[in-house]
Amino acid sequence: MLVTFLIGAISLGTVLLYGCMGETLMEKSGHLNLGIPGIMCMGTAGGCLGIELYLKGLADPAAANWFLLILLSILFSILFSVSAGLIYGFLTVTLRCNQNITGLAITTFGSGLAQFVMDTYVTRKGFGAAGKLISRGFVNDPNANGVLRVFFSHGFFVYFAIILAVIFTFVLNRTRVGLHLRSVGENPATADADGVNVTAYKYGSILIGSAVAGFGGLFYIMDYLKGSWENASTIEAFGWLAIALVIFALWKPNYSIFGSILFGGLSIAAFVLKGSSTQKELLKLLPYIITVLVLVFTSIRKKRENQPPASLGLSYFREDR
Amino acid sequence: MAKEVLIEFQNITKTFGAVVANNNVSMQIFQGEILSVLGENGCGKTTLMNMLAGIYYPDGGKILIRGKEAHIHSPKTAFSYRIGMIHQHFKLIDVFTAAENVVLGVKNGSKYNLKDVKKRIGEMCDRYGFHINPDKKIYEMSVSEKQTVEIIKVLYRGADILILDEPTAVLTPQEISKLFDVLRAMRNDGKSIIIITHKLNEVMEISDRVAVLRKGEHIGTVKTSETSEQALTEMMVGKKITLNIDRTKVENPADRLFVNGLNYTNSEHVKVLDNISFVARSGEILGIAGIAGSGQRELLEAIAGLQPLDSGEIIFHRPKKDLPVSFYHKTLKQVIELAAEGKFHYADGTPVDLSGKSKKEIRRLVNEEKILFNEDEIMNLRDKTPLQIRELGVRLSFVPEDRLGMGLVGNMDIIDNMMLRSYRKGNSILLNRKKPENLADQIVKGLEVVTPDLHTPVRRLSGGNVQKVLVGREISMAPKVLMAAYPVRGLDINSSYLIYNLLNKQKEEGVAVIFVGEDLDVLMGLCDRILVINSGRVTGIVDARTVTKEEVGLLMTKTDAGKEKRDEKENG
Amino acid sequence: MKKKTADRSTAPEQEPTQSGVKSRFELPFHIVKRPHIAPWKKILIYAIALVGGMLLSSLICAVFSKNGKNPLDFFGQLFNGSFGTPRKSWLLFLETALLLGASIALIPAFKMKFWNLGGNGQILMGCLCAYSCSYWLGGKMPDGLLLLVMFATSVAAGILWALIPALFKAVFGTNETLFTLMMNYVAAGVVLYFRSAWIKNGSGQFPTLDHGILPSLDKYSAALTVFVFFVLTVLMFVYLRYSKHGYEISVVGESMNTAKYVGIDVKKVVIRTMILSGAIAGMVGFFLIARTGAGLSDTSPNNMGFTGIMTSWLAGFNPLLMFLSCFFIAFLTRGMTQVRTDFGFTNSSVANIVIGLIYFCVISCTFFVNYKIVFRGKSGEKTDLDRKLANQVRGVK
Repeated sequence: MLVTFLIGAISLGTVLLYGCMGETLMEKSGHLNLGIPGIMCMGTAGGCLGIELYLKGLADPAAANWFLLILLSILFSILFSVSAGLIYGFLTVTLRCNQNITGLAITTFGSGLAQFVMDTYVTRKGFGAAGKLISRGFVNDPNANGVLRVFFSHGFFVYFAIILAVIFTFVLNRTRVGLHLRSVGENPATADADGVNVTAYKYGSILIGSAVAGFGGLFYIMDYLKGSWENASTIEAFGWLAIALVIFALWKPNYSIFGSILFGGLSIAAFVLKGSSTQKELLKLLPYIITVLVLVFTSIRKKRENQPPASLGLSYFREDR
Repeated sequence: MAKEVLIEFQNITKTFGAVVANNNVSMQIFQGEILSVLGENGCGKTTLMNMLAGIYYPDGGKILIRGKEAHIHSPKTAFSYRIGMIHQHFKLIDVFTAAENVVLGVKNGSKYNLKDVKKRIGEMCDRYGFHINPDKKIYEMSVSEKQTVEIIKVLYRGADILILDEPTAVLTPQEISKLFDVLRAMRNDGKSIIIITHKLNEVMEISDRVAVLRKGEHIGTVKTSETSEQALTEMMVGKKITLNIDRTKVENPADRLFVNGLNYTNSEHVKVLDNISFVARSGEILGIAGIAGSGQRELLEAIAGLQPLDSGEIIFHRPKKDLPVSFYHKTLKQVIELAAEGKFHYADGTPVDLSGKSKKEIRRLVNEEKILFNEDEIMNLRDKTPLQIRELGVRLSFVPEDRLGMGLVGNMDIIDNMMLRSYRKGNSILLNRKKPENLADQIVKGLEVVTPDLHTPVRRLSGGNVQKVLVGREISMAPKVLMAAYPVRGLDINSSYLIYNLLNKQKEEGVAVIFVGEDLDVLMGLCDRILVINSGRVTGIVDARTVTKEEVGLLMTKTDAGKEKRDEKENG
Repeated sequence: MKKKTADRSTAPEQEPTQSGVKSRFELPFHIVKRPHIAPWKKILIYAIALVGGMLLSSLICAVFSKNGKNPLDFFGQLFNGSFGTPRKSWLLFLETALLLGASIALIPAFKMKFWNLGGNGQILMGCLCAYSCSYWLGGKMPDGLLLLVMFATSVAAGILWALIPALFKAVFGTNETLFTLMMNYVAAGVVLYFRSAWIKNGSGQFPTLDHGILPSLDKYSAALTVFVFFVLTVLMFVYLRYSKHGYEISVVGESMNTAKYVGIDVKKVVIRTMILSGAIAGMVGFFLIARTGAGLSDTSPNNMGFTGIMTSWLAGFNPLLMFLSCFFIAFLTRGMTQVRTDFGFTNSSVANIVIGLIYFCVISCTFFVNYKIVFRGKSGEKTDLDRKLANQVRGVK
């Protein structure tokens, strides 16, 4: 049972991890993007559309090529989520509009468009088989050793997320690009004066962050649910939880790996644990309450490393200085 | 010592609107020298150097570097000429380490490796005698360490010409002497160093040559070894200009505000106020002279109840002995309380006992001026909020330096800004805009404020008109103490005179006026006494009618030798 | 002196040179902040954005329409959907009124620059309390009294949900944007918890109520709600514009320094204002439940906490202008249901797409309100900018 629970926690956590990494990247450049839920929806719709188009050309969905399936879903997912990110970026970076308002509008628009695309253009014929293929791991035998299954039974997207988190941590802390990105989020005026191209870094982080966040929704539908689709609001809810996870992980991608597994575990605990459904509802509340506690705790301790980027939510206009 | 000319300014002129910041400035900077650029606030010394650092571009004239004309459009271009400037306000990122700040934005093609950066920082430290921990975060650093990081940052980018804007303003004497050692080491290494300053003793100590600027003009450049503090002061302040301000004689001065031993050390461990004591008298204007940032703002804000203090007291003195109590200062409740404490007597000398008397009766006694104070009223304003000060009945007006950020709300119209101080009056939960509207009307008409109407947001008015609105409001409160910080900064001549006249009128009406100014001619023409403040300390209180400009200039700029010795002793 | 950098061109990468500088690349225009904009210009910009957004939406709907409708039909159906029948009109006004409620709950906080994203949670807590009172106490006391109890508890719950982040903001400076956002989900979780604790029958849904239902003044039980929130909106306008509290809110929102200078207790104002915000949000929750005795769900607030942010922002935080913005959003939402059926769209998401598009248009137009694009003239341009910067440096505005 513990094995099933851990597998489920890692799996569901991956949805959050993608969203969280995307948002972290944007927040590091000073952009609080409340459009993440919408962007995740867009990524889902795009990815599913890509799979739909690919499967349409095949006689037998079961004969689909694993590599092509992953590649096409990723490309289409990026296409959709990055266009949402581009709208957000254009409005908040170039036009310097209010980030909160723009984010909320992106969420409204993105979830609507995703729902429309999924209902109108995606028949989900053969998605079950495709889902199985995508979620295939190294160890697929349900009777295999529990430890092996916990670590190696996941599909491509789980490992991809963890690799991305490690890469992001490295880039943020150990490279010039990471240094410049953090400086943009902390103090764009100083970064600008030192010759960092603030606009480029902001756009870069928003676009890459959007692409990464979009994978979260795609993973949820194709891997976690093995190709079934409920509605955009489920994915939206994950988006908000991902924003909570950013705070919980103190804006650090490596912390967010463990945070996402914890949050994932708390979310599925209800299905795995024994106990009344009432207690399980309380369990589902925990991620949010923990996030609030972390938020309060860090604001009381005021340790500078654990604070949000200093210029989070503010537009940068060079001549304002 | 025939040195190579590195930089040459040729007839540099820079104007900001109607203000001429630099007029036809020509001077030279040699290789391997320390040049001080000396001048009072607003003499254009920082503007001139900003043109070298690529922050401004000259309107006229040429800058030659190694004999060739240079167009310095941006700090980046300045760096390509190996010029780096360390500004007064540091441009560092707080949560980054020293090394991260140093390498920020440097794209020299080499691989990003903090270890190498740290090694290079270490090398520079050894070479010039710095001490810095490259892994320390900026927010954990003292001002002096931050300055070191700024200097390393500039050196790391390969600068041969360093411009330091008021580098010693926020340093302790020990830190200053360390900095000077570093600067000398850099000069001996062939670098040219320009220090913007107004501290004479430092000029004498560190520089090879001194360039003096006054009101945007280059007065002259002299070798330090061939000049004296006296001569430099004269070059800096110039001849006294008599202004056409009507200064009346002080009538019946009475001690109004006692400031005793104020001390305040800020979060960066800089002693901003150092044992400041003085008395402000009614019917006189007390000027406060000093280099910008010597503690003037903190002093006034402390008196206004906005600045917490480490120690000291601010005593407001209300001469009330044998004078009747009135509802002007006291509420009925306060009168009853004070009577219970035995603070009152009747005209015949018997003590006042109000117990058992009806409110109506007490009101009558007060209104008929039957109840007299035993003693003058003494109130300590320290640690009181602005609201509490007002509740004590102390009418203290304050025209802050930051007009639109503190004194007024830029986005509100004139009427709403009139209410800022008075909106609480009355028991209604709704605002009364009638009175403020009348007041606004009076001020606009009386002070000739140029505005489309009373409903114009004040941020849209010109600087002079903004100030008229602010000063008008503060004066309308019929203050007993009026403090004004740089009230004519940025104003044209006519507006300035209008403000001087308003202050003079307040003085004639018996208000204790405190005037913080930067122009010595104005201070000497307007004030009765001048308190000179230098690095948070009072270096003298002089009679404005008899003092010379040089005397004030020296008090402002000269560091007291005795103090330095004392500090050295204290710190080992 | 503040640090100012007046280089506003992207100089190309250069190796350090001693010889001079090559020609520099400059954009043919640059952006400057507008100190002021004439009201008619502002209205014009907003109008262009709205009309543009609507036209764009109509085109998109027509292109994707299943049954070959044209853009003109879009506008026709939009009106038809909102005003077609008396019922539709009433529901339009009801929706407007509830949105107004959510918006006036948020507006005082926004004026204070306190980003309250927790409207949903505060409304939902109001719903929960109103519902639970009726659920447990219904029939055990007179309906009039019950309504009073429902009202009082709803308001109290709304206040509680707003007060928690406000206290932490005032005392520790905890980020209110993220805190209030999280409180939404905590509220939703609390509702789900009670649902599973109380509802043991198969449906797993809160049933509709029999007690504690507000009297219906009209056929659609809309008039009372409409009346209450229309009046409240006017009162909120008066509160913000003419009361001492409202004045303090403006001062705190505009400049903390000025607030301190005149002795305003900023913490007190933050807490007091958030209590007011929460109370109104709780009241919206009460009306959502007590208007018809509707069942409760974790989505009862219908996302009005977020829509309210958009409407109050669209109205420039002016309660009177909110009549327009709330009406417009309600009009779009109601109208789009009709457009949807008429254009043959199978799901309701089209409304979100259209509203999202129109939001984008309006949001982006704020750029043209706040900034101005200036094309580079010959000379003199630079000096002009330098002067502006210098004036900022000298504190002369």
